[in-house]
Amino acid sequence: MKVGLFVPCYIDQFYPQVAVATMELLERLGCEVVFPLNQTCCGQPMANSGFAAASGGCDKNFVANFKGLDYVVGPSGSCVLHIKDHLHDDGDAAAALHIREHVYELTEFIVDVLKVEHIEASFPHKVGIHQSCHGQRGLHLSSMSELNAPSFSKPEKLLEMVKDINISKPIRVDECCGFGGTFCVFEEAVSVKMGKDRIAEHEDNSVEYITGVDVSCLMHMEGILRRQNSKTKIIHIAEILNSVVYAKS
Amino acid sequence: MQRVEHSKAAEIFNIDEPRVDWHDDTLWFVREKRDKAAHQLPEWETLRELASQIKNHSLSNLDHYLEEFEMNATKNGITVHWAADGKEHNQIILELIQKNKVQRVVKSKSMLTEECHLNPYLIEKGIEVVDTDLGERIVQFRKEPPSHIVLPAIHLKKQEVSDTFHEHLHTEKGNNDPQYLTEAARVHLRDKFIQSQLAITGVNFAIAETGGFVVCTNEGNADMGAHAASIHIACMGIEKIIPQAQDLGVFLRVLTRSATGQPITTYSSHFHRPRAGQQMHIVIVDNGRTKQLGRPDFRNSLKCIRCAACFNTCPVYRRSGGFSYHNAVAGPIGSILNPNIDMRENADLPFASTLCGSCSHVCPVKIDIHDQLWKWRQILTAEGYVASSKKVGMKGMAFVLAHPSIYRFVGKMARWALTTFPTLLANRKFNPWAKQRELPIAPKESFREWFLKNKG
Amino acid sequence: MGARENILQAIKQNKPELVAAPIIAIETSTGNLVQQFVITLENIGGKVCFVNSMEEVKIELQSSMSQEGYIVNTIASLGAINAEINNATNAFALEPVYKAYIQGHLAVAENGSVWLDEKTIINRLLPFICQHLVLVIHADSIVANMHEAYKQIKIDAAGYGVFLAGPSKTADIEQSLVIGAHGARSLVVYLIQP
Repeated sequence: MKVGLFVPCYIDQFYPQVAVATMELLERLGCEVVFPLNQTCCGQPMANSGFAAASGGCDKNFVANFKGLDYVVGPSGSCVLHIKDHLHDDGDAAAALHIREHVYELTEFIVDVLKVEHIEASFPHKVGIHQSCHGQRGLHLSSMSELNAPSFSKPEKLLEMVKDINISKPIRVDECCGFGGTFCVFEEAVSVKMGKDRIAEHEDNSVEYITGVDVSCLMHMEGILRRQNSKTKIIHIAEILNSVVYAKS
Repeated sequence: MQRVEHSKAAEIFNIDEPRVDWHDDTLWFVREKRDKAAHQLPEWETLRELASQIKNHSLSNLDHYLEEFEMNATKNGITVHWAADGKEHNQIILELIQKNKVQRVVKSKSMLTEECHLNPYLIEKGIEVVDTDLGERIVQFRKEPPSHIVLPAIHLKKQEVSDTFHEHLHTEKGNNDPQYLTEAARVHLRDKFIQSQLAITGVNFAIAETGGFVVCTNEGNADMGAHAASIHIACMGIEKIIPQAQDLGVFLRVLTRSATGQPITTYSSHFHRPRAGQQMHIVIVDNGRTKQLGRPDFRNSLKCIRCAACFNTCPVYRRSGGFSYHNAVAGPIGSILNPNIDMRENADLPFASTLCGSCSHVCPVKIDIHDQLWKWRQILTAEGYVASSKKVGMKGMAFVLAHPSIYRFVGKMARWALTTFPTLLANRKFNPWAKQRELPIAPKESFREWFLKNKG
Repeated sequence: MGARENILQAIKQNKPELVAAPIIAIETSTGNLVQQFVITLENIGGKVCFVNSMEEVKIELQSSMSQEGYIVNTIASLGAINAEINNATNAFALEPVYKAYIQGHLAVAENGSVWLDEKTIINRLLPFICQHLVLVIHADSIVANMHEAYKQIKIDAAGYGVFLAGPSKTADIEQSLVIGAHGARSLVVYLIQP
């Protein structure tokens, strides 16, 4: 099956290692991965700021890049959710619809489509799980604490396949980190306070890494961690799941 | 007086970090109590679905239910009044007070009367209203509005309550014991109840089928006033109507569990007929609700039963406080209700959120709050209530993201600038990101560049 | 008044397409209702005393009356009902009431509440203004949940009714729970066993 690799803009520019890990992981799991060269962004930052109406050009570009592929997979819950909910192209409605129906975040793709039961990976570290909101509540990557419903987690299911990993969870298992797109600058005080509080709960558990499915959350927390001169590092789940390869390189 | 934008108010609120932690922990505790209560009922999610559907149905038949309610309430001996807005609501109440030569008025919790600014209106006309809910009495003494629709004084520490009571009730200075302070309030307000001539209450639910209404309290203050006073005025928004008595079974099971984690409030009082010799009135208020009803994307917000579960779960509300929302109803629900009343005044509110979605999933009537926040953002932007600098920035972004080669150029420039001029971009004055966070370290190449080099 | 017509007209114009009301069909749990009622009520600050008959409550009432202050009884089978109390008795006259005895005819296990209507309480203010409240219920009047309760009562049979769950309380001061706000400071329920 042909999988189009969707690389969110800020991963492309600032965290390329996450996209590298994603690509390598998908290939290891038997996918033919193509990377459309002219992709830019999903348009979420504009839409969430009230400018969904201005995203037409961005959406058209996305459709042009990803049409005709069996699946579109990206290492970002929020970007994938945005595409799923909002991608439109009046000039090629059918293609846009197909993409919306076949776009997946990485962990849900591996669990639900590839139905993988075993991943060869090793990550002997204590890792705190951060539940990114859009992936969790929007894409249903895992159950949420608000509901009286059975508990499950696709990212955690995959992490549990990793050898020697020590998974920990904060007390408030799914409180938002405070990134929120442009919220992180327009409501800077609350945004940072939320990030600090998330980090504090992980550091109470003495984690070495904080991981999640969304680099936006991790980038925001990393900014705070580095300002605090903390030893705690962030790492995207793709990098953990691809860790054997990294260990070798 | 120009109102302070949420982000600015929140910034000020966050100066005192230990206080923010205290406020956040206190409200999270209430969320945890709700969780415990919700998890004790296997049928919890079914109840939410039922509550949501009953409200959906009610709103789709609202005019008939209001007429049915009016007919039955009138048969019961309740005088029904209609008010287009807050002003008319206040006038109706004033007229009843003046006509009956009333001097002593008590009021139990009613967010509607807060919305209509009833108290300042009556004070201006020389009538003092005593708020009898303990939390509301505290903020009334302090000349503050409530900061939370269920827990009015949640923003106050007991020392502050103690100081307020020392000033107004002459309690011992420095005695912060909640038991002692509550006892002082009991004694003080007991006198007010007994002397009261007119009692104003809110309405939790109005039942069309029977022409009666339900008022829920833990303190018993609504009843102490209503059963002592010779005139009882109940105030309700049009959306408080529910069709039948059996619907109360659903709502009374979800309301208090969502609000405080209790299975039910101490008192769930059902009023149908005035007692002998008493006047009972109900004021049905629109104040923008019919307008909201006409907005397909936002009419769901009228399902709200004012439990405040969304406040308690909202990480932004907990870290910015009720006052930063500059409205009687704050929090997530306030942010989708208030722009309907005045878009300009409330253009900041839908942006006071990360759209995490927690609110929508604790809401006992399944209001899609976070989706509505997103939709309000589109409208407010289209109507021009967003800062022009933001508009310019976004238009620029839209252009860049629609043109792949320009996007690549801008990205490369950004990385180059980050590496070459770290101090400039990290300037905390120009770049809010950098106030309390480090900027990301620019990698040597973008993913695309890596791909072309290694795989292309 | 113009407001009424304008509001109804606006609603007619703005309301969504009619959607059907749902059917309320909740499975009722078949646990030990008495036990659930007792545990729940005690969790919310109420006290439960098991008795075998009204006679035992009568003894307690008589003992109270000889010791405690202004006691009001509204239960015919317990003894004389205070003649001075009726539905018109005002707040001044009721203020000194120390303890009131009232019978409930329906109770709810899931939340520890007792349904009291105007006919049983005689005066609406009485269960609130007394310093201490005593309710008497039969064990077999306990239903599982609110759905069952609403099937059994007609809420407009009397002009006023209340589900009363425990003593009055508040947590308005820094979330510290205080029992005894404006209503009764304590609640004792005499549960007559089958």
